[in-house]
Amino acid sequence: MSAASLLSTTPVASASKRGASRTAYILLLLPLLWLFVFFVIPLVSLVSTSLYDPAGSLETGYAMTGHVQNYVSVLADYRSHILRSFAYAAAATIACIVLGYPLAYAIAFKAGRWKNLMLVAVIAPFFTSFLIRTLSWQMLLGDQAWFADALRFVHILGPDGHLLATPFAVVTGLTYNFLPFMVLPLYTSLEKVDPRLMEAGSDLYASPITTFAKVTLPLSMPGLVAGTLLTFIPAAGDYINAELLGNPRTQMIGNVIQNLFEGGSYPEAAALSVTLMAVIVVMVLVYIRRAGTEELL
Amino acid sequence: MTRAGKWVADHLVLGAGLMVLLYLLTPIFVVVLMSFNDPASRIGYSFDGFTLDNWRQPCLPNGLCESVVLSVEIAMMATFFATILGTLMAFALVRHRFRGRSGVNVMTFLPMASPEIVMGSSLLALFVSSGLAGALGFWTILVAHILFCLSFVVVTVKARLAGLDPRLEQAAMDLYANETQTFRKVTFPLVFPGILAAALLSFSLSFDDFIITNLNAGQEVTFPMYVWGAAQRGIPPQINVVGTAMFFLALALVVAGEVRARRASRV
Repeated sequence: MSAASLLSTTPVASASKRGASRTAYILLLLPLLWLFVFFVIPLVSLVSTSLYDPAGSLETGYAMTGHVQNYVSVLADYRSHILRSFAYAAAATIACIVLGYPLAYAIAFKAGRWKNLMLVAVIAPFFTSFLIRTLSWQMLLGDQAWFADALRFVHILGPDGHLLATPFAVVTGLTYNFLPFMVLPLYTSLEKVDPRLMEAGSDLYASPITTFAKVTLPLSMPGLVAGTLLTFIPAAGDYINAELLGNPRTQMIGNVIQNLFEGGSYPEAAALSVTLMAVIVVMVLVYIRRAGTEELL
Repeated sequence: MTRAGKWVADHLVLGAGLMVLLYLLTPIFVVVLMSFNDPASRIGYSFDGFTLDNWRQPCLPNGLCESVVLSVEIAMMATFFATILGTLMAFALVRHRFRGRSGVNVMTFLPMASPEIVMGSSLLALFVSSGLAGALGFWTILVAHILFCLSFVVVTVKARLAGLDPRLEQAAMDLYANETQTFRKVTFPLVFPGILAAALLSFSLSFDDFIITNLNAGQEVTFPMYVWGAAQRGIPPQINVVGTAMFFLALALVVAGEVRARRASRV
């Protein structure tokens, strides 16, 4: 069988069920091997690194002592970083919903012939570097920028108040960086909503708000759930925004992990990394069950 | 609701949407503007004066162009391998029913659902525990990039494949094309836009990655790592020249693709 015929085997054309599934395994062999060696095994080795005796170092090697104490000590030392990361990520996710929903709705139902142009504008930030864009916020939120001046003028910001190097700046940056990941799945969901269902709602004397709450919003739930996960997860692990737009008191769990690795404290860094992953997995599972969209996975 | 009220309600959403777009696009204007900046000092990030010098001498800052070349090399290789592996996987998942299929689906989804810092640190843990701590560099970056691009390729190609009308292939078979001919003349051309989109996505993901790369790069400096280092010392405006050039190159590609697609659909 040539490579081309392996790929072209349609369900209809496949000679037998067993033959078809053998083809599938041949196709999957290399990609699965790659995922196994470079995703599954690394996770295992991350967990085992987190149990090493922290007394060792890269040069002298680490002793595997099943040192669960690493977890106790990182949780004690970095509890505020962990809580802060999830608080910032939650704030950014909520901001993404508040900003992203109207945008996705406008593109799906109000944009008319400008739809494609607006979609390109949503992905346009990806055309240039993430880091350079985040650096732009240093200028936009800086003390000399008109935005800070305007806020000072209306007394939202005190005369000596800053925007940059505050939690506000970090959440603004996180929201900005992950907003397209909210808008795109929301748009995909909203696009599939039949406008006639919304008309039916108003024909049956529902107010626009009731129609939205009872018809549009429930139908867009898959997009909302996907968007929430796609913003919350990377935001919780990010350290770029906290580093470039924050101050030492706005450091997140990612900053700590990165600094521990740079400082050579591998077991602690690994323990913190495993903790982050575990918390996220639990939150995602609870969230998906609550939202009732298990088919998403 | 009155007609005027409806007009306001309609345009309120559109207006809000446009405001949000402005928020998304403002930093890009800053990048373009700053590429023409004539900075008064190395510290601070403000527009001090207009100049074309940065565009005339983009390679002036030490190591900048080398880092761009390295990032392009890695992105090209990562795209090549991730696109092949991911396309094979997408075909298997869409075109075949086999035992363990849902498990494979979860396996492709997981790397996308793990935070970059976790993926980066687990790879580092693997490399270090297999005695490769000294060998961190080009190849470890490449391995990491292929890994995180792979899932995105699978998702993109899968979407395209799942949207194909199976009757087109059946028609080819009915007209006595064998499997190879059907694949070459019908299936592949139809899936190709999806593969191309996946490759472009991989390239940009790889070129732009910082968190995973930073952990596994050893002494190598990719473009995002160069920007990161510059952010601590003072940002040369040439970085914005690279950012602006990237932006317009990508925009041109997307617009060209859109124009082609429109022309094709009109025929």
